[in-house]
Amino acid sequence: MTNLSRRGLLKAGAAAGVLTATGAVAGGHGPKRGGTAKIGLAGANTSDSWDGRTHSDSYMIVTAHGCVFDCLTEVAADGTLVGELAESWEASADAKTWTFKLRQGVTFHNGKPFSADDVIESLNLHTAEGAKSAAKPIVSAITEMKKMDDHTIEFTLAAGNADFPFLLSDYHILMYPAGQIEEAIANGIGTGLYKVETFEPGVRTIVSRVDSHYKDGSAGWFDSIEFTAINDSTARMNALMTGQIDAANRVDFKTEPLMRANPNITIFEVTGNQHYTFPMLTNVSPFDDMAVRKALKHAINRQEMVDKILLGHGAVGNDHPIGPANQYFASDIAQNSYDPDMAKKILADAGLSDVSVQLSASDAAFTGAVDAAQLYQASAKEAGINIEVVQEPADGYWSNVWLKKPWCACYWSGRATEDWMFSTAYETGVPWNDTQWENARFQELLLQGRAELDTTKRSEIYTEMQMIMSEEGGTVVPMYANYVDAHSNKLANSGTIGNLWQMDSSRIAERWWMA
Amino acid sequence: MQRLGLGLLTLLVVSIVIFVAVNALPGDFAQAILGQGATPEAVAAFREDLGLNRPYLTRYFEWLAGAVRFDFGTAYSQAQFAEFAGSDAGSGLGSVAEMLGPRFRNTIFLAGLTALIAVPFSITIGVLAALYRNSVFDRVANISTLTSISSPEFFLAYILILFLAVINPILPVLSLVNDEMALTERIRMTLLPALTLTLVVTAHMMRMTRAAIINLLASPYIEMARLKGISPMRVIVRHALPNALAPIINVIALNLAYLITGVVVVEVVFVYPGIGQLFVDSVKNRDIPVVQACCLIFAAAYILLNLMADILSILSNPRLRHPK
Repeated sequence: MTNLSRRGLLKAGAAAGVLTATGAVAGGHGPKRGGTAKIGLAGANTSDSWDGRTHSDSYMIVTAHGCVFDCLTEVAADGTLVGELAESWEASADAKTWTFKLRQGVTFHNGKPFSADDVIESLNLHTAEGAKSAAKPIVSAITEMKKMDDHTIEFTLAAGNADFPFLLSDYHILMYPAGQIEEAIANGIGTGLYKVETFEPGVRTIVSRVDSHYKDGSAGWFDSIEFTAINDSTARMNALMTGQIDAANRVDFKTEPLMRANPNITIFEVTGNQHYTFPMLTNVSPFDDMAVRKALKHAINRQEMVDKILLGHGAVGNDHPIGPANQYFASDIAQNSYDPDMAKKILADAGLSDVSVQLSASDAAFTGAVDAAQLYQASAKEAGINIEVVQEPADGYWSNVWLKKPWCACYWSGRATEDWMFSTAYETGVPWNDTQWENARFQELLLQGRAELDTTKRSEIYTEMQMIMSEEGGTVVPMYANYVDAHSNKLANSGTIGNLWQMDSSRIAERWWMA
Repeated sequence: MQRLGLGLLTLLVVSIVIFVAVNALPGDFAQAILGQGATPEAVAAFREDLGLNRPYLTRYFEWLAGAVRFDFGTAYSQAQFAEFAGSDAGSGLGSVAEMLGPRFRNTIFLAGLTALIAVPFSITIGVLAALYRNSVFDRVANISTLTSISSPEFFLAYILILFLAVINPILPVLSLVNDEMALTERIRMTLLPALTLTLVVTAHMMRMTRAAIINLLASPYIEMARLKGISPMRVIVRHALPNALAPIINVIALNLAYLITGVVVVEVVFVYPGIGQLFVDSVKNRDIPVVQACCLIFAAAYILLNLMADILSILSNPRLRHPK
């Protein structure tokens, strides 16, 4: 398969939010119960625990969020939002008050029935004193949680937020049994399809299927699953090739062709929201000059970076942070392209010549960041811009370089909703605004879109925001990096692979079955 | 007794070196764990929680006082966990010692299995090479062991994986051992890393055996034995080997220590849940208490094995055993 056709396939697949892995659907057989799946995962740590607030890497996201625990809502493989522990929800007209109906008859693995108290206590974990939860901004936006009855909760938000149910699908916001949270975190007691048999942090996790579950018939096909922590990429690929495991995440791009040539192995690859960026501090000269920013956006060869840094496993970015896994991803707005002449012209029109800038990079930002910076240097030279690549130490990169140096390399795993992504890093005045960019219209649209429930209007709002960022914003987004995972022919799936996270949006344990 | 005292003194010096070196690492746990979220305030709060902002000396003596009682403190990674959960009641994940325990047993198992294979193997080869010195066998033995010791461990590991796991699927690529496993299964799982390590340590022991024996073969008493008409094999095994034991034991001890401390790469390649992997993870996370405990264990293993080698070589030498 040439790069070109793979990319074509990706684009088509990405537009629909999904990618059909070739030969993944085993001869029309539907899902069936039984068997033990062996899954090898990178992204494990000896510091792993069942505390959702600490989760940040693939291993715990797959085993907790996608296996042992449930959230209130779930993003289905096709990108739509469905209820998980919540059955239904409705909002007031201003999107400020949300009423959630919870599923009845659900029990935790220790037999405790699930009810509204569990939701309230689990959510309060994130705002507890001293808690360092990544989901804190989501939960602290709730001003009041009112238990209407055992299975109904009313949330009042500080400001209207149409994405609220979407946000509750976040992998940090797991549901624990009220009054037993400590025990639940220590032993992994959730409401998920699988209960924990063995958990050795950074080594392995064994789970077994619960006898009956509200997802019976739609998910949870394996009898048991063995997760093995394999951070070493060669070891992970070897284990998959020799059949010691049935699926692995993060395929090494360099050995991907060898894996592809193995008839027993299928690579599944999706373009999600994960993207790399080069943020410029727009309050620092010369980046405060819009002409410089525009010229730099036309002085980068995005396709070359996808081909050389990601070896084709990605898609070109368009200088805004919204990706194909977002609901309102605007794939049809004008693409910022590599055009040295245009960049020269923009600078000349602004009366600038001999622009020299420093670009700080380290592989801590993303794998290949330094190489990417050097490619940028070469392509910008054509446009008469001198980029000096400053190689920074990987240690302390996020404390000493990012948000500090005027221009650096960075990555974002993306966010499930447009509002969340924008308000994390591009809203005026937020701590992670890594461009210090301020734009009145953008800010106005952001607040407008947040409280708007009408999807057509939201689509228009977010499309305009993506256009504004792409044209005037302070960050250069060269590419989206694909999630590239692989499985052997022992496993089968529906053919629809989620693109929010690695491993079928980290739901491989629930959605897949033995072939 | 004096040796033991010296050993302890060495350990103390090593502990200082470890502490200084580990604290000289750039970045710290707060930065490593917070990643992109490492704002100055968050880092400061984290350091405060973990007591990282207290003076070095205080921290060193606290750590030392604990280490003497085999209390290596709480791993930062698990301290963080405890803080999140309110306490670590019932989690059984509290202390570094508990984290290290199972890992250390696994590493000892691997080292033991390797020693069981490597020591008899290399001494036999060494003796045979001395017996048939300068023959084709001697040359082949020398060349092959020197080649294997000169290759990086991960390269040897991948070669073995290629031949024993990929082309001929006899052994598993990953050494996923656990405590519930039957011994035979466990040995099968551990065989590939053990063989890799065997290739790494054989040359040293084998060549020392060969050299020590050949050295002795020139002595008058060997000539005497030969004149008596004893077979060459018997001359070497019965007369030369006992006198060559001291240097051989020393080399074996050094290599055994290496098996415990030098397994980092091999454990990572085979995903063997031993102390080496824990060490790598902890260095990556800047989980200082675990790193320090690992270093201390490595140092103690070296010192202890050297001590044992000294004692054994004294025992094997009648002149040292009965000093005038």
